[in-house]
Amino acid sequence: MGKVIVVTSGKGGVGKTTSSAALGAALAQNGDKVVVVDFDVGLRNLDLIMGAERRVVYDLVNVIQGEAKLTQALIRDKRVETLYLLPASQTRDKDNLTTEGVEKVIGALRTHFDWVICDSPAGIERGATLAMRHADIAIVVTNPEVSSVRDSDRIIGLLDSKTVKAENGERMEKHLLLTRYDPARAERGDMLKVDDVLEILSIPLLGIIPESMDVLRASNIGSPVTLADERSAPALAYFDAVRRLKGESLPVTIPGEKRGFFGKIFGRKAA
Amino acid sequence: MNLRRLFFRTQSAPAARERLQVLLAHERLSADGADLVTKLRDEILQVIAKHVQLDSDKVSVRMERGAQVSTLAVDIEIPFDAGKKAA
Repeated sequence: MGKVIVVTSGKGGVGKTTSSAALGAALAQNGDKVVVVDFDVGLRNLDLIMGAERRVVYDLVNVIQGEAKLTQALIRDKRVETLYLLPASQTRDKDNLTTEGVEKVIGALRTHFDWVICDSPAGIERGATLAMRHADIAIVVTNPEVSSVRDSDRIIGLLDSKTVKAENGERMEKHLLLTRYDPARAERGDMLKVDDVLEILSIPLLGIIPESMDVLRASNIGSPVTLADERSAPALAYFDAVRRLKGESLPVTIPGEKRGFFGKIFGRKAA
Repeated sequence: MNLRRLFFRTQSAPAARERLQVLLAHERLSADGADLVTKLRDEILQVIAKHVQLDSDKVSVRMERGAQVSTLAVDIEIPFDAGKKAA
């Protein structure tokens, strides 16, 4: 049985889709069988970030409404053969996502894949609550910025009350992924410190993804950042996050702290 | 940053522009959200379903939307006695 992960945040634009694609690809690059599911009905973008936008045949709503089989809707990645995408519908209303339908789809995916990654829409409406509903693990994507931290706190509350795990009295495993971290600004004291965010949200840290041009470049060419440039700083941070997700205890490095002059010029070896 | 990466990088913005143009051209043409390839897919499957009892496990559909040309591949296994069942 595979694990179901929700990538969520409350706030929009913090990096949920980027992180879903990067973590999904990184897990698949390690040989695991992964499906990334877009829950943002009406405003899908995971297909674009993963470079599969021209190949969408059927979507999540088609599958829920019985118009297509799950196997017909899954799109296999052209670069990593164990990576799949289940796109959201671009046109239908999000009311077409039914609780029973989502439960059936996630249940089926769980039996076929090692990891089912649910890319949540922003907000706390139906799409977001359904994306988190069947999760075993939640990855809360947060920027070191006040409104993002506040919204993450709200989402953590929902994870602890509105999910199947919570309703069964079980504990939801939650991880913080700090994204768009700018070491230069943090050094100047203009950005919330990692410890500040951790203290406020009090969930364990999965990784720190530095703000980087590589993320934009990867989205331009339609490739998860871990595939676009495996040695870029954000890719290395996502690879490390995946190792922690799989249970390895790996110390979290704060971007910009460890690298000296030569490190900056030649980059670091992949972990 | 790696030196090789610094000097031999190609620009990514042209790729972004081209991808968006193709995607949006397809999305804008469809007021109800279904582009031509999607409509053709649905109608082709309907016509076939009129004559053959379709087993959705035996139907594979692939689409690739391009700037000048799109492709639609519908691959259907039709059993020998399928026509009789539908009649």
